[in-house]
Amino acid sequence: MGYDLQMKVWRGDATGGELVDYTVPVEEGEVVLDALHRIQATQSGDLAVRWNCKAGKCGSCSTEINGKPRLACMTRLSTFEDGETVTVTPLRAFPVIRDLVTDVSYNYKVAETIPAFAPEPRPADGAYRMQQVDVERGQEFRKCIECFLCQTVCHVIRDHEENKPQFSGPRFFLRYAELEMHPLDTNDRRQLAREQAGIGLCNITKCCTEVCPEGIHITDNAIIPMKERVVDRSFDPVTWLGRKIFRRDQLEEAQVPQSRAE
Amino acid sequence: MAEIERHRFDVLVVGAGGAGLRAAIAAHDAGAKVGIVCKSLLGKAHTVMAEGGIAAAMANVWKEDNWQVHFRDTMRGGKMLNHWRMAQLHAQEAPDRVRELEEWGALFDRTPDGLISQRDFGGHRYARLAHVGDRTGLELIRTLQQRAVALGIEVFMECTITKLVKGDGRIAGAFGYWRESGRFIAFDAPSVVLATGGIGKSYKVTSNSWEYTGDGHALALEAGASLVNMEFVQFHPTGMVWPPSVKGILVTESVRGDGGVLRNSEGRRFMFDYIPEFFKAETADSEDEADRWYEDKTNNRRPPELLPRDEVARAINAEVKAGRGSPHGGVFLDIASRRSPEYVRRRLPSMYHQFKELADVDITAEPMEVGPTCHYVMGGVAVDPDTGESAVQGLYAAGEVAGGMHGANRLGGNSLSDLLVFGRRTGLNAAYAAARLRRRPEVGDDDIRAASEHALAPFGIEGGENPYAVQQDLQEVMHNLVGIIRTADEMEQALTDLAGLWERITRLSVEGHRQYNPGWHLALDLHNMLRVSECIARAALERTESRGGHTRDDYPATDDSWGRVNLHCRIDGDGVGITPEPLPQMPDELRELFN
Amino acid sequence: MAAPTGIKSPTRARIAARTLRTDRWWLYPTFTALVLLAFVAYATYRAFVGEHYFAEPYLTPFYSPCVTTECVEGSSHLGTWVGDWWPLSPAVLILVIPLSLRLTCYYYRKAYYRSFWMSPPACAVAEPHRRYTGETRFPLILQNIHRYALYLALAYNVLLTYDAVMAFKSPEGEWGHMGLGTLILVVNAVLLGLYSLSCHSCRHIIGGRLRSFSKHPVRYRAWGMVSVLNGRHAQLAWASLVWVAFTDFYIWMVASGTWSDPRFF
Repeated sequence: MGYDLQMKVWRGDATGGELVDYTVPVEEGEVVLDALHRIQATQSGDLAVRWNCKAGKCGSCSTEINGKPRLACMTRLSTFEDGETVTVTPLRAFPVIRDLVTDVSYNYKVAETIPAFAPEPRPADGAYRMQQVDVERGQEFRKCIECFLCQTVCHVIRDHEENKPQFSGPRFFLRYAELEMHPLDTNDRRQLAREQAGIGLCNITKCCTEVCPEGIHITDNAIIPMKERVVDRSFDPVTWLGRKIFRRDQLEEAQVPQSRAE
Repeated sequence: MAEIERHRFDVLVVGAGGAGLRAAIAAHDAGAKVGIVCKSLLGKAHTVMAEGGIAAAMANVWKEDNWQVHFRDTMRGGKMLNHWRMAQLHAQEAPDRVRELEEWGALFDRTPDGLISQRDFGGHRYARLAHVGDRTGLELIRTLQQRAVALGIEVFMECTITKLVKGDGRIAGAFGYWRESGRFIAFDAPSVVLATGGIGKSYKVTSNSWEYTGDGHALALEAGASLVNMEFVQFHPTGMVWPPSVKGILVTESVRGDGGVLRNSEGRRFMFDYIPEFFKAETADSEDEADRWYEDKTNNRRPPELLPRDEVARAINAEVKAGRGSPHGGVFLDIASRRSPEYVRRRLPSMYHQFKELADVDITAEPMEVGPTCHYVMGGVAVDPDTGESAVQGLYAAGEVAGGMHGANRLGGNSLSDLLVFGRRTGLNAAYAAARLRRRPEVGDDDIRAASEHALAPFGIEGGENPYAVQQDLQEVMHNLVGIIRTADEMEQALTDLAGLWERITRLSVEGHRQYNPGWHLALDLHNMLRVSECIARAALERTESRGGHTRDDYPATDDSWGRVNLHCRIDGDGVGITPEPLPQMPDELRELFN
Repeated sequence: MAAPTGIKSPTRARIAARTLRTDRWWLYPTFTALVLLAFVAYATYRAFVGEHYFAEPYLTPFYSPCVTTECVEGSSHLGTWVGDWWPLSPAVLILVIPLSLRLTCYYYRKAYYRSFWMSPPACAVAEPHRRYTGETRFPLILQNIHRYALYLALAYNVLLTYDAVMAFKSPEGEWGHMGLGTLILVVNAVLLGLYSLSCHSCRHIIGGRLRSFSKHPVRYRAWGMVSVLNGRHAQLAWASLVWVAFTDFYIWMVASGTWSDPRFF
């Protein structure tokens, strides 16, 4: 059962642009990305939009739909009211390239600054041993599809461009947390989480968790535990003493990859 | 013409999925200066879609498992048409490749002893797939991506290669464009590794993304390499069939590996009616035995739902044709009545999510509707098994774009291991070859000029063909005439239609300018899609038998004489031609494994 | 004037609207602000009023423990060791503890950063501030001592539990009493206890800080239990807040003679 959907799609580039009205014939069960594809195929062949898997697994088609950061492929048209106009814009935290495509290189640059996993040497038989309970926390974070919706919604950089150089964003707090909780990692990444990733800039207003299409509990399971670990390391006198006197908690300090340090 | 951006590498890897990244890491480890070019952002390649796992005979769950058993399963699954040496290397090296991922940070599911857990999959004798829930591909690509980033390998994201350039009779480099700006870019590299994946976007119902336009296949073909086994296209038996916008999206085989069964509209487990002679000895013939197998694999035979993919896809096709399909033209895949909701959510989290979000179906409470979807091409660039080098010196291929490894049909789980094993091998060998080379050929200005003109042609035509319309017509042709069941008449019709499409793509026109213009990108991709489609149709017409991913209604039987021949596809004049070549002969010690 | 930042930065898509959200995103910050303001107003009044906080055997949590000589007779379970130098109401002395827990609580931080500071008011709604330094500077860097507020609050919870137990004594000092006030105090102690235990710092200390769970099975189980509570931290925060105010209100009403306390046995 098809019907006509009213859409407003932002079209333009870094020099300017506007919301353009489209009337798109759509079918039952379709998603916003289907409507955008139909615009491409029948009305504006040059409408720029990123997409790949169209199944919510690759995290390419991140846009803002009616003002909310979302995956266009996972936003069903049936979630809108009858007659509601669907407005689609590019991510508003990143430089726009064209139409719905933004320059997300900020995220890739941040990724380069995170020290890699540094495992213990392998045991004699070559097979690491880890228990399921020990890998589960990290597995939740590794569900991340790098759609960068958490990054675009984070007000620390969305509303303050000047914070970008000293802030890694929720996606990379996940990465820090994953490595900190990895049973085989041998590095201490807490100091870096504070100084380089700028975890202190986060004021845990939880928008990252709200927009995560994978349902990762970014704030509760990654950012807050990382903040608490930073407290252990830098703010709590008792754990500080414990480290000095009982030599607990003595892992090698993680180093920023040499080639990447600016 | 204006100066264009140029880069110089020892090894240029085209494609940043599992194979490309693994190749780049290997080449870097071998001391080469490596660049990776990929059409999408890093980490978005099709590998993320792989769900079930990585097949590797690590024997963590079944001590009886070893590379010989894996080799045998792979060859039998491929209907003995695989290149034996590739299948052997693959089975031997896969376990090390999996362990290596763990050293780079991958978090696989664990056995109670803390080893990497392994799950059952179609066609594999033992539970053999290392996995992370049902998002193993994501884990694999993220691990390799993070490794490549840590090594400081240069990546050119959203950059498309449109031409391989030769010099002195060998590979000299490549030419392409930045998607973002539309500007051209040239690479000088004596070794080029193609890791561009498959061709699925030429089909209407497919689990593949827009990237799968057969770029690597076409680039290699036009550089002078041959494509082998192109008639074998795998239709995954279980794709979503409803709603229409998600038609074709994959439903992982793990659903069946973890206890899901297929039923028709009468509620019958119809797979028991479709057990072929070849697999009778190892397949259960009663529901009781099949159900017992999940608990006790030693004394029971496998359920028929876990037959190789080609068998299951054909069976589903036949049930639907006989009028016993589900309301939206598929069959039912039921795990809800067989496993607890907690079990389903734990083992198949992303399937649960996918059906809930996209189809509003709760798979812990109701059956899924599934049907065949174009999933994988077994055919690809013919390469030397040990080095991955094609017939063109300096041109390598790994992963889905390479042919031979999977024969007539690929087993589930063998693709991720293929990426790792042959990604590494080609990367190493590409680096060694570059180091050995005394004089490097250069990408010439004439080549650049010709490639630029070709790429810009669609802007010069006004009021011509709409690339989206041409793509849609191509998908119809391939889906209807060279699909899962084929006949000579239909394929001849397809060749006629393809000729018409060839003519239409000379008149493509695109609107707008060069900056991030998907219409233009598609116009350039269409050329590759047509090349590959023609190879598939010609090879499929030539092979007058049914085998694996190639089913002929007019030649339904498997013919032993065809079992000794691979079909090779090469450029011939303006089109492509097919030559039969004898299958490489397996040494006796391997042959004995089949007695 | 400095160059525009945030969504008005020159490289971003030029969209004038502060947000394009069409839903009622302002509902949560408005509602939160109203409830918190109402609570603060009520608590401030009650803390400074210095009367109607004890109705044998019920002591309102706002005044427990009552430790200055100003406390009414019978309300000082822990003695009046602070003496008479404290110029304000005894409640002010003690309310600092729960206040510090709630001020530094990871949930309330979200609530008041959004509703009072509007940083941001809601997801994908531009905030009004030109500069933002998060919790990296004084005073907000003090949020990092949340765990010490938790330790104090846990001790405070012991006292509230003690008060709830004491509420099983009749006004004449005999065990075996139970009135509606007893029930209210028990629920209050339970809710405040659960709120404290469900705290993110608690979750970290009890097991979250471990790198390997399998080597510490007991702490892992405890972590699992706290994690379940932690999932309800926001609800517990609200429930305990409303309930503690209600508890105080009930005792106020009983102490002032407006209501009489129904007695079960």
